[in-house]
Amino acid sequence: MLSLRGLRKNFGGLAVTDDVTLDVSPGEIHAIIGPNGAGKTTLINEISGVLPLDAGQILFDGRDVTRLPLHRRARLGLARSFQITSIIPDFSALENTALAVQAGDGSSFRFFRPTASEARLNTAAMAALDSVGLAHRAATPAGAMSHGEKRQLELAIALATQPRLLLLDEPLAGAGPEETERLIGILRSFRGRYTIMLVEHDMQAVFALADRISVLVYGRLIATGGPELIRQNPEVRAAYLGEDDIPLSGAPC
Amino acid sequence: MQRWKQEVPAVLLLAGLGLAPFIGFGEGYVLTLLARAMILAMAAVSLSFIVGGAGLVSLGHAAMLGFGAYAVVILDDLQIVEAMVVLPVAMLAAAGFALVTGAIAIRTSGVHFIMITLAFGQMAYFTATSLSGYGGDDGYTLYARSEVNGARILSDRLGFHFICLGALTLTWLFCRMLLASRFGRVLRAVRGNPMRARALGFSPYPYRLVAYVIAGAIGGAAGFLFANATEFVAPAYISWQRSGELLFMVILGGISGLHGALLGALGFVLLEEWLSHQWEHWRIAFGVLLILAVLFLPNGLAGIPNQVARMFRRG
Ligand SMILES: Nc1ncnc2c1ncn2[C@@H]1O[C@H](COP(=O)(O)OP(=O)(O)O)[C@@H](O)[C@H]1O
Ligand SMILES: [Mg+2]
Repeated sequence: MLSLRGLRKNFGGLAVTDDVTLDVSPGEIHAIIGPNGAGKTTLINEISGVLPLDAGQILFDGRDVTRLPLHRRARLGLARSFQITSIIPDFSALENTALAVQAGDGSSFRFFRPTASEARLNTAAMAALDSVGLAHRAATPAGAMSHGEKRQLELAIALATQPRLLLLDEPLAGAGPEETERLIGILRSFRGRYTIMLVEHDMQAVFALADRISVLVYGRLIATGGPELIRQNPEVRAAYLGEDDIPLSGAPC
Repeated sequence: MQRWKQEVPAVLLLAGLGLAPFIGFGEGYVLTLLARAMILAMAAVSLSFIVGGAGLVSLGHAAMLGFGAYAVVILDDLQIVEAMVVLPVAMLAAAGFALVTGAIAIRTSGVHFIMITLAFGQMAYFTATSLSGYGGDDGYTLYARSEVNGARILSDRLGFHFICLGALTLTWLFCRMLLASRFGRVLRAVRGNPMRARALGFSPYPYRLVAYVIAGAIGGAAGFLFANATEFVAPAYISWQRSGELLFMVILGGISGLHGALLGALGFVLLEEWLSHQWEHWRIAFGVLLILAVLFLPNGLAGIPNQVARMFRRG
């Protein structure tokens, strides 16, 4: 589904992406973990097309997208969420989501019909809001929502594009314990329905959700494998010393 | 949803303008003033469409008026006065200018966009001053107002009043329709969060360019009316001060909706007129009033009702 081949990126002298090669298979949740500053967000930016690469190749569905701009990759079905919430604050939750539906529904050079009466867009948008538990907040301006709700909305927007691959950059970032519970529940409901590349700092969540995990440290991938394998990998344990503890117990579900 | 409430001020204003000639504002000089206000309001609404709707803060919108007005002049010189010909030419000329300059300007953003539209506007202004065949700096007096299908409707004071009102109403309805459409939603999204819009698959550039060209065409239509209102066109009409005034009307009225531009333009023109009769040095007072308006009306004239309501609620 997604193949990364030898990706490289330097910021100044710093190698932020250092020869990253990785495959995401259809239907899996592939988590990327790593300490702060490891280059996880940078990697998501490279895959989605926000940042150009210094070297390497990105194949999406067998197609080379390395040189395509962000909006062209989005049109191919690469949807992303942002670590720092990125919504349109003066749009309602519904309009934020309906815009995402609109992106996949033919030309937007349509000038006459009011979007408010576009039942097809609004129905699909409501469905996406419903699947993240925000249907009752559809009319609320996105800018006026709580942090947790904005994180949910961010997911609904990504879903509403009917993506082939979801790139989620720390969907739990900044959420309180209760919000985290709710968001994990939502992500769990995505299992088997979407192919997901999940960057997350919350280890509990990662081990609960991921089919496979890749560990990024200083821009390099040091391990890829199932949750058990990663949990027992000595290199991973070393890299995390003094950082978040990797939970040793707690069965992945 | 109480969206319709937002439209009340605009509807009242347009209705008031329709009644004005019959409730004591039918004198020649008042109608002349109102026509001027409505034509500038039309330009201001089209500017508000790109400023408030698309986030394109242009300081060169007067050039669009200029292309429209000079289309009238050049065709007048060729003795072509049929509005069915002159108006489309005026709109196409302005749209063409908007297309060429917008294609470059829209690659920039923020302050750079403001400066580059200003620069293009000044280029149009200096080109106008060099048109010696059409009076250069001194301007050009029209042989006659345009005709519609051979009829001289535009020459009738009351007829012209309602043509301006009709054009203004159409402009308002048209821009409203655009903003509510899929196209307008992309524009508003790009203004609100360009990265989000791009990550959804929308490249801002073509949407913004089309909006800029549409606003240009409307500006050209306003220029056509402006030339007919004054029967005289000079480069001074389209200098950068005029662009600044238009932008000011938009901001004074409030950029959160198109009706702000209506309020802003009418308020601006009428206040200017009234003050200039009160005091020789009225420009000082005018300037002070405008500064106060910007300082104390964050959402412009259109935001006053909400501001008052909030004050009362606070007790
Ligand atoms: N635009 C940039 N310019 C320079 N350095 C950057 C830029 N963005 C990120 N970095 C650096 O790259 C490294 C990786 O950052 P990031 O990808 O945000 O890490 P993570 O998401 O894993 O915490 C950090 O050291 C960060 O300071
Ligand atoms: Mg990050």
